[in-house]
Amino acid sequence: MKILVCISNVPDTTSKITFTDDGTTFNTAGIQYIINPYDEIALSKAIGLAEGGQGTITVINIGEANTEAAIRKALATGADEAVRVNAAPRDAWFVAHQIAAYAKDKGFDLILTGRESIDYNGSQVAAFVGELLGIPSVSTAKKIEIADHSATVEREIEGGKEVLSIPLPFIAGTAEGVAEPRIPNMRGIMSARTKPLEVIEPIEVPVLSKITRYETPEPRGTVTFVDAGEVEKLVDLLHNKARVI
Amino acid sequence: MSVLVYTENTNGSFKKSVYEVVSYAKAIADSLNTSLTAISIGDVEQSALTALGNYGASRVLNVSSDQLKQFVNQAYASVIAAAADQIGADLIVLSNSFSGKGLAPRVAAKVEAGLADGAVELPDVSSDNITVKKAAFSGKAFAITELTSAKKVIALNPNSFELRETGGNTTVETFQPDIPGNDLAAIIQDIVRTTDKVTLPDAEIVVSAGRGLKGPENWGMIEELADVLGAATACSKPVSDAGWRPHSEHVGQTGIAVSPNLYIAIGISGAIQHLAGVSASKTIVVINKDPEAPFFKVADYGIVGDAFDVVPRLTAAIKAYKGN
Repeated sequence: MKILVCISNVPDTTSKITFTDDGTTFNTAGIQYIINPYDEIALSKAIGLAEGGQGTITVINIGEANTEAAIRKALATGADEAVRVNAAPRDAWFVAHQIAAYAKDKGFDLILTGRESIDYNGSQVAAFVGELLGIPSVSTAKKIEIADHSATVEREIEGGKEVLSIPLPFIAGTAEGVAEPRIPNMRGIMSARTKPLEVIEPIEVPVLSKITRYETPEPRGTVTFVDAGEVEKLVDLLHNKARVI
Repeated sequence: MSVLVYTENTNGSFKKSVYEVVSYAKAIADSLNTSLTAISIGDVEQSALTALGNYGASRVLNVSSDQLKQFVNQAYASVIAAAADQIGADLIVLSNSFSGKGLAPRVAAKVEAGLADGAVELPDVSSDNITVKKAAFSGKAFAITELTSAKKVIALNPNSFELRETGGNTTVETFQPDIPGNDLAAIIQDIVRTTDKVTLPDAEIVVSAGRGLKGPENWGMIEELADVLGAATACSKPVSDAGWRPHSEHVGQTGIAVSPNLYIAIGISGAIQHLAGVSASKTIVVINKDPEAPFFKVADYGIVGDAFDVVPRLTAAIKAYKGN
């Protein structure tokens, strides 16, 4: 089975998010980058499926040269080869076109990515790639089981789950529950250095949207403390002041 | 320019988030001096379709066929794109629900529209390029996104827009586009609903608990408090990682972001990743025995105390208040 895993490079979850140039530019000063946590789940699932010579894993990332640390980590974790599309990932529409352009004649049986990236939270790439390649997509997969040429996939819905039967190939955005995250071992780290990492140039994609600036949430007022012995007072405040109950 | 809104049904009926998205689309249509058409796919009763007129849809396209009884994003996207083409809609609005997330990019790609998902307020329509404020960085920021394409798709976050009953009439028409066979490759085997209560993303009140509860056996009091408030239950990441609660309840940067009117956090210290997922809540109550817990810094109301003592008394106090 040939598997393509799409990874993105995102600010670490502990990052304080700030902007410069009048709120038009994300401030990268002091930001540590990591592989998007949901993409790590996708990679871990792919490794589980490919184990024991059952398949090969290609990792694709759309990024400039500074994302190669993340790509090498993916190779160290267990991917066989990697491709970097040499461009800043403008938006999900752009990223999906690069993935689809690369994947379209490679015969992948399965494409996995995270259900969303934790920076722009688009949850768009899986469905865009599905549409561009004309294959089914599942945007928030909780469980994936492959047998022969078909998969059973559980999809998150509000208050439950939907169980789908999907023929290969398809693309899924993975959520928690699909696989336990794996970490590279020493042998993986050593072998990652010599695994192939191909760099290709992006295709042109029409611009349909652009982020003009950013805002941060309004700071909240100071907290009003209520004595632990006076819960009735809290109920009164929530009803009469906050008007939420 | 006209506006098309997709009204997603759950088991044949519309949830509150559908009326939110219709109200939102109607407000946009009004500022564009145009009309609003809704599209419903699947088996929905006539009375529910007609009721969409109360929220401003002057026309409803009803797509009801055996092939489309259940949600398949590929096929539903084809139907919505065909409807947009038929009525000449340049703006398509839908809910940023789990199904909406799978649908919106496919619809946008079909009509080559710029897509803004996770919209949190009405867009600026003063120029041809509609500008949308959307949630980004998992609640830590908003990205002001300009849609520069001729056609546009906006997906609205739940609990981000109030219901507006306009009280208008609507006409319901049958719409039967052709479905490409390739669109029906994915087949739904089963739908499992784990709760018959209000679901977390849609909930107006959320009662959430963390490691301070010491173990899954202590969640009874959290569920009781949630029950008296008609709230959904949630948890912090360590709790779902430990398997005390399902992943679907995990609120935070790598879980789900919520935007209820009231978020009650019990025994959660308030790590930055958790705070990101709750920052859009209108009112936050924190109950924690540690007065230094970082969560108090972003709370509106706080109680320093032991959850095992405070929560049952709070539940009783709310019961007493509701009884009056």
